Amino acid sequence: MSDYIINSILTGILETLEMTFASAFLSYIFGLPLGVLLYATSKGRLLENRVVNAGIGIVVNILRSLPFLILLVLLIPFTRFVTGSSIGTVASIVPLTVGTIPIVARMVESSLCEVQPGIIEAATSMGASPLYIIIHFIIPEAAPSLLQGGAINVATVLGYSAMAGVIGGGGLGAIALQYGYYRYQSDVLWTTVALLVVMVMLIQELGALLAKKKRKI
Amino acid sequence: MGNVYELENVYKTYRNDGKEFEALKDVSLEVREGEIFGIIGMSGAGKSTLVRTLNRLEDVTGGTVRFYGNDLASLKPRELREVRHSISMIFQGFNLLNQRTVIENVEQPLRIAGTARRERRNIAREMLKVVGLEEKENEYPARLSGGQKQRVAIARALAADPKVLLCDEATSALDPKITGEILDLLKQINTERKLTIIIITHEMSVVEKICDRVAIIDDGTLAEIGDVRDVFSKPKSKAAKKLVFPSNPFDPSGPDGTLIRIVFDGTRASEPFIANLVEQTGKKVNILSANTRSVGGIGYGQMVLELPGDKEEQKIIKDFFVNGGLSVSEVDYK
Repeated sequence: MSDYIINSILTGILETLEMTFASAFLSYIFGLPLGVLLYATSKGRLLENRVVNAGIGIVVNILRSLPFLILLVLLIPFTRFVTGSSIGTVASIVPLTVGTIPIVARMVESSLCEVQPGIIEAATSMGASPLYIIIHFIIPEAAPSLLQGGAINVATVLGYSAMAGVIGGGGLGAIALQYGYYRYQSDVLWTTVALLVVMVMLIQELGALLAKKKRKI
Repeated sequence: MGNVYELENVYKTYRNDGKEFEALKDVSLEVREGEIFGIIGMSGAGKSTLVRTLNRLEDVTGGTVRFYGNDLASLKPRELREVRHSISMIFQGFNLLNQRTVIENVEQPLRIAGTARRERRNIAREMLKVVGLEEKENEYPARLSGGQKQRVAIARALAADPKVLLCDEATSALDPKITGEILDLLKQINTERKLTIIIITHEMSVVEKICDRVAIIDDGTLAEIGDVRDVFSKPKSKAAKKLVFPSNPFDPSGPDGTLIRIVFDGTRASEPFIANLVEQTGKKVNILSANTRSVGGIGYGQMVLELPGDKEEQKIIKDFFVNGGLSVSEVDYK
């Protein structure tokens, strides 16, 4: 491999990390409240509200059922509107975020569902308001599970980020596509694939470790 | 002494998929200040629903629940939360936050009430001392035994300085020894802090050990209510008899056999009743079971006897016991 390609790969690693963590972070900013809403408004929960629950549920399900590659293309005008461009690392953060929000929302919802109802009953009996119960009882109790879900999400975004290469996004995915696939440079292809695998594994292990450390039961 | 709770014709009906289920039917009772009030019943009798109407975790569908004269149903959400600060509750499953330390758990009600950080830590420490767990303040609940977890829950319940403590099957997940310790602690809290305690249980032994009065709930209705001593020695309702009588593995030897239960309190335990009976009347009885229990601090003995088939003889024997001041009741063994 030439120095040029090695440099490209190093830049690619940084770009991939940038895309992954920025998108994961942004998707939690939107996905966490959505997940909490999905949980709290469902039947028998603290803020039961059929209309809100069904509304969010439908949007989340539609977004989740779109193949990510299609979403990338569909979002090009929106991406251009937000970032001023539809190609490059920064631009690919937009579709990555949008694509991950519904996954985050569902994962958060399922983590919160794991909290025993008895804890909510105890909190209610202490005179806590629904919002207080969500913030101070349910979310802290679900924290280890949320962390574990977070690791899975970051790993998923990393996988998606490779796809962003198809529409001109940066990162390892783009390198794998350009040099490995279009130019038949299989050494580049396999190097980038190996790097992606290692990164996913590291993120997964780190997340599991954090969750385990956090979990007190 | 006033009443903490007054329940008037309380009904609770659950509607589920068009089906109706009446969990509580026309329950009226009052709980007096400073007492330990037991609510006992078989599982599914409605006692857990009943206790949940006392802090409005369940809304009643008919009747009124008054807490110090205030109808709970009339309270707005904010007012209800305020009232709940005075009504603490402990649970069978403890319901502690697993991701929080013991002392953080105890501080929870104070955080909700908006107590300042330093003050709530001091109160929490004090409460942990009351339950004897001051050394565990930085442990996580997962590292505690069941009895210790319930002690933490009690400390948490006391932290808000409540007027009443509701115990929902609080000892049902614990073994008999630990149950005894927790009940002793509750009794001590009742005496020292003059705290009214309401205990939901399916175990008569719990009621006998610490309750002053008891309500027996059967199939959603109030079957019987009264002083524990009276209910124990002279149960009137079928549900009460079922709970009070020792479960009897023996059948009478003949089809005409009659079983009776005699109860004598500690003051008479020194008299040899059975020997006297034989000596004075010449009639014999068959002892099927006998035990002693402590009810409200007084020792009670009870025996289940099989009487001979002859009605005349039965009457003589029963009269002998009644004249001796014992409470006699027939056991429905069928």
